[in-house]
Amino acid sequence: MEKQYASDFKISSSPHLRGKESVPKIMYWVVGILMLPVASSIYFFGMNAVRILLISVIVSLLTEYIFLVSRKKDISLLFDGSAIITGILLALTLPPGLKSSYVVIGAFVSIALGKQVFGGLGYNMFNPALVGRAFLQASFPVAMTTWIPPVIQKMVDAKTFATPLGGFKFSHILTPYKNLLIGNTGGSLGETSAILLIVGGIILLIKKYIDWKIPTGILLTVFVLEGGLYLINPEKYANPLFHILAGGLLLGAFFMATDMVTSPITPKGTWIYAVGIGVLVVLIRVFGGLPEGVMYSILIMNAFVPLLNRYTRPKILGEGGKK
Amino acid sequence: MNKKTFPKGIHPPDKKELSKDFKTEFFPAPSTIVIPLHQHIGAPAEPLVNKKDRVLKGQKIGEAKGFISAPIHASVSGTVKSIEPHLTPSGKKIMSVIITNDGEDEIHPDIKPLKDDISSYSPEEVRTAVRDAGIVGLGGAAFPTSVKLSPPKEFPVDTVILNGAECEPYLTTDYRLMLEKTDELIIGAEILKETVGASKIYIGIEDNKEDLISLYAEKLKGRADFEVAPLKTKYPQGGEKMLVKAILGREVPTGGLPFHVGVLVQNVGTTYAVYETLKTGMPLIERGLTITGEGIKTPKNLSVRIGTMFKDIVEFSGGYAGNPGKLIMGGPMMGISQYTDNVPVIKATSGILVLPDEEIPHKKEYPCISCNSCVDHCPMNLVPTRIVKLAQNKLFEESKKWGLLDCIECGTCSYVCPANIPLVHWIRYGKNELMKLRKKSEK
Repeated sequence: MEKQYASDFKISSSPHLRGKESVPKIMYWVVGILMLPVASSIYFFGMNAVRILLISVIVSLLTEYIFLVSRKKDISLLFDGSAIITGILLALTLPPGLKSSYVVIGAFVSIALGKQVFGGLGYNMFNPALVGRAFLQASFPVAMTTWIPPVIQKMVDAKTFATPLGGFKFSHILTPYKNLLIGNTGGSLGETSAILLIVGGIILLIKKYIDWKIPTGILLTVFVLEGGLYLINPEKYANPLFHILAGGLLLGAFFMATDMVTSPITPKGTWIYAVGIGVLVVLIRVFGGLPEGVMYSILIMNAFVPLLNRYTRPKILGEGGKK
Repeated sequence: MNKKTFPKGIHPPDKKELSKDFKTEFFPAPSTIVIPLHQHIGAPAEPLVNKKDRVLKGQKIGEAKGFISAPIHASVSGTVKSIEPHLTPSGKKIMSVIITNDGEDEIHPDIKPLKDDISSYSPEEVRTAVRDAGIVGLGGAAFPTSVKLSPPKEFPVDTVILNGAECEPYLTTDYRLMLEKTDELIIGAEILKETVGASKIYIGIEDNKEDLISLYAEKLKGRADFEVAPLKTKYPQGGEKMLVKAILGREVPTGGLPFHVGVLVQNVGTTYAVYETLKTGMPLIERGLTITGEGIKTPKNLSVRIGTMFKDIVEFSGGYAGNPGKLIMGGPMMGISQYTDNVPVIKATSGILVLPDEEIPHKKEYPCISCNSCVDHCPMNLVPTRIVKLAQNKLFEESKKWGLLDCIECGTCSYVCPANIPLVHWIRYGKNELMKLRKKSEK
């Protein structure tokens, strides 16, 4: 008699092992690391920060939910962490005194126009949070450039309060480096504390959740170009270190430009992308009408990502060899 | 120690401790043997025997025509029960010679070495003997060895690399062989070197096998023609192109073979098979394999006759443990999963791996978030995500421009993908579709 055989094994294409990373794991790590700038925003801007953060995250999730349901998608995608990141990132780029209704609009636009109309996670061209912010900037330019001082700086006149970049551009006032590092200045909720942004960025780099080439390329480009200008005319142009620490550059370089979905997949493309952002930031900040240009720089370079990918295929192992 | 390596790659858990300390056991041939007539690329062999014929151990029972092919031999003596299609580990039913083993192990009278002195073979005699013995690459790819030993004249081979990397997790059969048949392997390697006219032999060993590195370094002390090449333990170090890059710094051209850069890479199991054939005249009817995994009661390293059914080997190894989920021929990275253990060992069976249900990843698939993990780890320096997206959209020619056909299917990209996209599966799909298109346009 034939021996019995077992035949109820699962089959699949190799490999039969998988690594430990997963999309939600990456997303929630980023959420966790974002708690650093979130903490500084609450410390410096108090209940305004809490209000804006909560509204932004809740509306982002709600919008995501509505789209997933109406597009008949898997609802569990709501908890992949990406909508929470968008909500937090948008909030961190908003002025602390912004009206709640504007925050609602911004969060809705971020998810709806920034992400879901393209097909949801993985398919969007532009950083969703920055799409929302750009929409608000275009719709409510005054509200989006009205800054209030940190809660611990009560003595300053709130009406004439400016961000470090605005102060330098329009009044030639240099904010002290100590304030820039700690975050005791005006600006968007999450952009003021350079120290915490750098710490968060380093954790992301160690975990390899961001590509080191992006912050390196952006920051080096800004430093070199601003440094060149500073050497030419130190009276007119700010110290390059000031440009690195002030404004949204660190938040953008570590947390926005590094968005996996909207940055290039090839190494060469990534360098061009990063340097491109750096160049645009300097152009806008120094020669443009606005004191800050990180958002537009990233969005513009986002638009180039498909082209960069297409024309920067890496050399395959053994390519060009004789046979 | 100067450890060599290739760019990128991954570090999956190696799990070799499950079986590495067990000496290779001889597995007694079971009562029924199933020998498929088509075990590798090239034309299927034509049967040379009929139902009810008596066959002897080592007798040629299938002959294939064509340059890239290898004959098939009986691995036991007995009677041909039938010649019929039988399921094989490839997933296909293939015409097979089913032999009822008489237990006598009566050797065919023609089986004797061509030369008494193994060192007196001429290169041409080695090639003929290897071809007649049906030897193919035993590392898993099963490419006919005689073809590998016949590089074209315009590409002189200067270096032989003995592939002892065994980079697939779990598998330890090459490790045991290198430990137990040291002298034979050294002689085998010398013969390969002479056959292709090379001057230098490197023995590539990953540094998770320190004992082998020092064993061979000791044995080969003072030999200018041999060099032990310690390699960093990294997957897929045992891939031919990775090995050539790591040890010699040469890059095998895309679409090319190691001989294009003057190298012959030979797996240690294959090298031993060549030695055995030249020494005894016995063709390839037996091979080493590891039966292992958390789903097997007693993991073992075995020497098994070709045609032995998986179920017999599983039974010999104490049966399944716990709740077996996947049965795999080969290692976990490149092996082929089987839905049944009613399949025979073929020349390419380097291992039988049983993963329990809880070891099988049950991860949810997400959309690609362009995280670049696949790009950062691909040992061929490809952009797997783009190749796959192009193939998914049926842009096969465009996908080819991005290296669709250069993929070695090592599984690294699928392993690291946080979105759990079966990238290698899509690449295989793309390759298949591209071939179909080619065939159509040729018509």
